[in-house]
Amino acid sequence: MQIVYQLLFLTALGVAVWLFTRRALGIRRNILLGRNVELNDRPAERWKNLLLLAFGQKKMFRNPLVAVLHFFVYAGFIIINIEILEIMIDGLAGTHRIFAPVLGRLYLVLIGCFEILAVLVAVSCAIFLVRRNILKLKRFISKDLDGWPRSDANYILLTEIVLMLLFLTMNAADQALQARGAEHYITTGDFWVTSQFAPLFSGLSDSALIAVERGAWWLHILGVLAFLNYLPFSKHLHIILAFPNAYYTDLRPKGKMENMPAIQQEVLYAMQPELAANAPVSDTVPKFGAKDVQDLTWKNLLDAYACTECGRCSAACPATQTGKALSPRLIMMKTRDRLEEVGRNIRQHGSATTDNKSLLRDHITEEELRACTTCNACVEECPVSINPLHIILQMRRHLVMEESSAPQEWNMMFSNIENNMAPWKFSPDDRDAWIQ
Amino acid sequence: MQIKTMAEYFANGETPEVLFWVGCAGSFDQRAQKITRAFAAILDKAGIPFAILGKEEGCTGDPARRAGNEFLFQMMAYSNIQLLNNYGVKSIVTACPHCFNTFRNEYPQLGGTYEVVHHATYLQQLIDGGRIKMKEGGTFKGKKITYHDSCYLGRANGIYEAPRQVLETLDAELVEMKRCKSKGLCCGAGGAQMFKEEEKGNTRVNFARGHEAVATDASVIAANCPFCMTMLTDGVKEAGKEEEVKVLDIAEMIEQNMQ
Repeated sequence: MQIVYQLLFLTALGVAVWLFTRRALGIRRNILLGRNVELNDRPAERWKNLLLLAFGQKKMFRNPLVAVLHFFVYAGFIIINIEILEIMIDGLAGTHRIFAPVLGRLYLVLIGCFEILAVLVAVSCAIFLVRRNILKLKRFISKDLDGWPRSDANYILLTEIVLMLLFLTMNAADQALQARGAEHYITTGDFWVTSQFAPLFSGLSDSALIAVERGAWWLHILGVLAFLNYLPFSKHLHIILAFPNAYYTDLRPKGKMENMPAIQQEVLYAMQPELAANAPVSDTVPKFGAKDVQDLTWKNLLDAYACTECGRCSAACPATQTGKALSPRLIMMKTRDRLEEVGRNIRQHGSATTDNKSLLRDHITEEELRACTTCNACVEECPVSINPLHIILQMRRHLVMEESSAPQEWNMMFSNIENNMAPWKFSPDDRDAWIQ
Repeated sequence: MQIKTMAEYFANGETPEVLFWVGCAGSFDQRAQKITRAFAAILDKAGIPFAILGKEEGCTGDPARRAGNEFLFQMMAYSNIQLLNNYGVKSIVTACPHCFNTFRNEYPQLGGTYEVVHHATYLQQLIDGGRIKMKEGGTFKGKKITYHDSCYLGRANGIYEAPRQVLETLDAELVEMKRCKSKGLCCGAGGAQMFKEEEKGNTRVNFARGHEAVATDASVIAANCPFCMTMLTDGVKEAGKEEEVKVLDIAEMIEQNMQ
């Protein structure tokens, strides 16, 4: 009988890992559709960002109360993985609590800590549910999240609570069985939290108790494996991608826009035509700015998958706050939606461009792009180093340089700069008139 | 006040201590011209040999670049860099955070590397170095002042303390708005918004900021950017407080109160 369970476990694990790997490779392929940028310089600073932003959750602490709750959930996630490791080994080897005899007293301390964390995770998730659904915090009731994104957030929180309760139920039943000296159930000593609840099971027979313990064990691990495969279709993917995203954070000062060497070259040739005569001839026409996801950088696309839709960017955005169409969170969500769409095209037709659609207009409107004041509030706020502004600016470049699409007032500003060296229509000769 | 151009210095074979980059707003906007004159007067009183470019100065290209017109930006950048390099300019001070940001972060890649400081930092250095001395009990003594962080000095370049330290020399009571420093709210003019109507929404950014500034009960809103100046002045007007609340640049406040 035991071998059947072991085979079942192996199958479940194999399927889960295979599905996850397939999806992860698909996401990787999608991200690499972006144009290349070199983000490997200054490794020391990058590791520091990884430690501070991803492991240390530095930006989260701009709002300390939420940061602490989030930290419980995060620490729970990281640390309970040791428990998952034991479950994996037990499942494959047909053992029970294989670490208990090896670790001795330390085992009790570890499980005790896990149990406390499990309680904290469940409580934090419950508070998060209340914030979203009962207190209705502004950034969570925003229309940005209408439909799937709002359900997604709730499913994640509910799943985490259920997984933690299953873990605690399993331990409580285990404690009751240990107390009865049931065969196979190793005596570990009293678990810190669940030993308090073991008496609740006193009315159950040994076999019923074993059914509860085994049931909770299986549901817990199957739930974890299912959740693993839910991740890459959900905003919850941030628990993985926050790490590379923090490492590849743009290290330039926030005010510095990305240079365009192709245009720099053109301007140099215009100013020094003798250089142009000797320039190598290129037969590729450079694209200016971004119209679709492939024109963005791979970091922009990684950003899109790393976004957890928390809305701190939009809550700080002057345009969003004053009721404009722009919401930096939506810029990221729409970029991901379009990238997924392109990914599906590739899977189905082997080519990305079969749908005659693009990120610009089919997803992100000109009105949104026009409303940005480039104030960097969204960039400053993002806990995982996402840069919505970079996407907006690249798309503005496409509008102006590829489509000559700009509001009339901007066209006037451009021609004033060109003709009068100032954005207003004043004569350059009056530039020092302020002295009088 | 005698203001010499770079060309005049050059013709005499002299080098000024610093180039005062006035910027388009500082040159042409009537309100910003007052800031320009105040800052020039400070430099003059402090005895700092400085030059302006005068008629030779041109837009840095910041609004063009942020609107998406990279071509125009590069054209402006190259002609400015050529001019500055020909004069052998090493050190620049400007009262415009947008010009400051462009010089500091964007020109070096195109061959224009200068030591550039924004006037907030420059004023702080002059005060610290004893080159500016403040009057005892000046105009702002005991008054409530609130400071508006411009995005391009603050978040874009991480300078939050220098302007606050300058304001502290005024012996005033500095009160912070709800959103300040790295959480500061934009005035609504950056990213070339200054040069077009806002998109439709339920209010204007500068109205929102104006209300927030007025809510601090301060009698002066201190700014460090000519565009913030315009936006905040309109915002205060919209809040119906233009009589009680003045929007002033930190240079104007220092100029009024230096010995």
